[in-house]
Amino acid sequence: MSKSKSRAETAARIRHLLDTEGDAVAENTRGFNRGRYESVRELDDYESLKSAARAIKEDAIERIPELIDELRESVEANGGHLYVAADPAEANAYVREVVDGGNVVKSKSMTTEELDLNDALEADGAAVTETDLGEWVLQLADETPSHIVGPAVHKSREGIADLFAETFGLDDDDRPETAEELTRFAREKLLADIREAEVGVTGANFLAADSGTLALVTSEGNARKTAVVPDTHVAVAGVEKVIPTVEDLAPFVELIGRSGTGQDITSYVSLLTPPVSSPPVDFGEADSPVAERGAAGGDGATDPHPDREFHLVLVDNGRLDLREDDDLRETLYCIRCGACSNSCGNFQSVGGHAFGGETYSGGIATGWEAGVEGLDTAAEFNDLCTGCSRCVPACPVEIDIPWINTVVRDRINRGDAADGEGSGSVGFLVDGLTPDEEPAGLDPAKRLFGNFETLAKLGSATAPLSNLVANARPVRGAMDRWLGITRERDLPAFERETLVDWFDARGGPRVSEGLARREAVVYPDVYTNHVAVDRGRAAVRTLEALGVRVTVPESTAVGSGRAPLSQGMVETARRKAERCRDALLPEVDAGRDVVVIEPSDLAAFEREYERLLPADDAERVADGCFEVLEYVYGLLENGADPGGLTTAEDAGGRARVAYHPHCQGKTLDLEPYTVAVLERLGYEVDTSETECCGMAGSFGYKSEYYELSMDVGEPLSEQFGDAERVLASGTSCREQLDALLGSPAEHPIEAIAPGE
Amino acid sequence: MSADMLSAFVDSAERHHATVHRVAPEEVTATIARLVEAPAVGVALPWGLDLPEAVATDPTPADLDAAETGVTAARLAIADYGSVVLESDAAGSEAVSLFPERHVAVVRAGDVVPGMREAIERLGDRLRDGASAVLATGPSATADMGDLVIGAHGPRAVEIVLVEEAEEMDGHDSGPDSEEDSRE
Ligand code: SF4
Repeated sequence: MSKSKSRAETAARIRHLLDTEGDAVAENTRGFNRGRYESVRELDDYESLKSAARAIKEDAIERIPELIDELRESVEANGGHLYVAADPAEANAYVREVVDGGNVVKSKSMTTEELDLNDALEADGAAVTETDLGEWVLQLADETPSHIVGPAVHKSREGIADLFAETFGLDDDDRPETAEELTRFAREKLLADIREAEVGVTGANFLAADSGTLALVTSEGNARKTAVVPDTHVAVAGVEKVIPTVEDLAPFVELIGRSGTGQDITSYVSLLTPPVSSPPVDFGEADSPVAERGAAGGDGATDPHPDREFHLVLVDNGRLDLREDDDLRETLYCIRCGACSNSCGNFQSVGGHAFGGETYSGGIATGWEAGVEGLDTAAEFNDLCTGCSRCVPACPVEIDIPWINTVVRDRINRGDAADGEGSGSVGFLVDGLTPDEEPAGLDPAKRLFGNFETLAKLGSATAPLSNLVANARPVRGAMDRWLGITRERDLPAFERETLVDWFDARGGPRVSEGLARREAVVYPDVYTNHVAVDRGRAAVRTLEALGVRVTVPESTAVGSGRAPLSQGMVETARRKAERCRDALLPEVDAGRDVVVIEPSDLAAFEREYERLLPADDAERVADGCFEVLEYVYGLLENGADPGGLTTAEDAGGRARVAYHPHCQGKTLDLEPYTVAVLERLGYEVDTSETECCGMAGSFGYKSEYYELSMDVGEPLSEQFGDAERVLASGTSCREQLDALLGSPAEHPIEAIAPGE
Repeated sequence: MSADMLSAFVDSAERHHATVHRVAPEEVTATIARLVEAPAVGVALPWGLDLPEAVATDPTPADLDAAETGVTAARLAIADYGSVVLESDAAGSEAVSLFPERHVAVVRAGDVVPGMREAIERLGDRLRDGASAVLATGPSATADMGDLVIGAHGPRAVEIVLVEEAEEMDGHDSGPDSEEDSRE
């Protein structure tokens, strides 16, 4: 299959999901995401709870074998059984033997989805009923979950009403319509199945090794019924769910609901130490008392009920190998809260049926699917992580989810090369243009975007001709066909005079060494140097007005490695990072601050360099770099006189500004500096609530993702549609806002810079 | 347990759609009688407290199915969250608190702890001894049917009877709960 064909198919599939499921997914996930912000704000110790949770998981994953032994002792001492299954076949065989063709009710469990347990049990003639309302809807509709926490977020209320009416042959008069009626209806139907059940199957959110307690985090109450009504309970969980002690549960209980759906706590957190003391509720003997006559509250609370049987099935299925993988190990810290899905612009638009694999969905699914199913499955959707990093502060166990996606992308790139897939007829051209560290068969579009720096140099050197040629219709057609660069987008226009050239031509630094408050280098990142030169000039003028002796050395005009990193070209990124470090550290050592305009480059310095460079170097680069408005803020706080800057008053009627902070800038907590500086200069700032504009570097240029990218940006057009003046920190946000609103956005530094 | 903590508990519980009734021990039975809707089932209360006549003990599965109200004791309550901690037992408290539409939970003011950490610490040894418990916060709920619905598989209404000794009702600190009347 040619790349352009598969691109067209991907685009069609995404379009279909945007049309059919997009609205319901968007409403639900954005609601959860807003809820998360509100709910974690109430926690004074949110950050320390996250760190505590992270530390517990790090330790637990380190000690899995030992903790499983301890858990086994605890479970067996209580009278239960523990079985460790290497793969789905082993796990299913064990559960089938316990179930023995009987009636099964289940509460929601992703791990059993991973095993396809229902199919295995049904093959033996067992009746299997999902009792979580969302899962039940999917069981009736024969669909797969689109979200790890809300499996049916893609279904609308109307869709569910139709499904029930059709499945149960209800006529118009008695079909349930409202959410309340639908819930009642489902409860009654499911209660009938729960009454008949011989075995209850649950998952486990956490397993405490010291007591054999399993924690189930739910709100509907179905997991409680599943575990308490039948006399036999089977719990199925990945080996990564084991934590050392009961006390270790505390931070997770506080974080999981808040992170996932924005509930400070779910209605029920069951802490079951099975076999439990509760008597089974045997509807076969509906008229005999459930308990011994005269039993009082608290009786026999620590004794397993004699009629009960409990089996804990721990599933490996690739997890122990993941544990040995230095780049992907963190996946096992995941508590499946769903925050990475809800905080993700792409996921909000298209949901887990596009952004997901066999079982798992959202940002972390790449890690899970790569570990559990293999790279091929992860490759199906890995592109949908744009590295915007908005999931990073949302993750309650501080997983660097974008890095997992980058590493997997790199492995996919290399795997692709190994089976020698052809790369289209312009592949060689791109290869020649862009020598890099990547395998020969790498997708040429990835190679092109990954080597944007080379392209930009050529583009500036030959501007304006390069722009004319690049935008000529036949060229755009070929780019679309062979490289998958959509015709819908304007290409970046290269400036003939780069920032470095402008600075030299202007005669170098203007603030004398003696009078300088500080010395700084304005980092001429690839975009600022070749495309968005205006904002670079504005930065220089602003800093000079605040008494900083600024230089823009040619030696520092080197890419940060962000571009190849976003394409999963890790080795190329590493080489660039080394070169950039060699350019920047001498400046830092000479006492100059490095001022960075493009947030994605700063994010590379502050977040990814620790993965690419020796720890010491990475730290020195990170410590020496500042985002430009953060730097301005610091100067003003330290007494610099803002007199020379353009205030709201100077700007006349343009004092109200709409501001979209860059996604990675938000993750670095840069937004407050920009807002504070603008407010100090009298601007009224309306900040966007959108996590990511949808452009995300090269993502929005790719033909197959163009429509999705525009859909992700839709909330921005809703919020900023009427704005007179729009500011945005990132270059790609600027392009996206231009496409969405029809008028270009400025960088905040351009708003406050002194006139030329 | 302080007066502030009790009112924090009341606020949090009400935020989670539960209702709290603060009463003296001698008022417990009458309060429960007022709160139950017939038919009602329950599990005999510890701490020398009595269930009203209207609440039948020793329920059968059919009774559980038919009951409008279930009455049980709660072992702990958590001020930050408005949760009650329902321990499982051989008397079937778990089922009684779960099947009926309305759950009436009786908890002593001395058993209110400030936060999650304290609650889990209190539960640690108990769970290691083999006990099971549910941290229950408000009624059951679902968002799976296109909107938030209160009342899913579990109760739709939660009434919490908070039992305060005389000095607690004056707002004095009663200190840690006394051993004589604890239920172990
Ligand atoms: S990776 Fe983090 S945010 Fe995503 S589901 Fe797992 S724990 Fe939640």
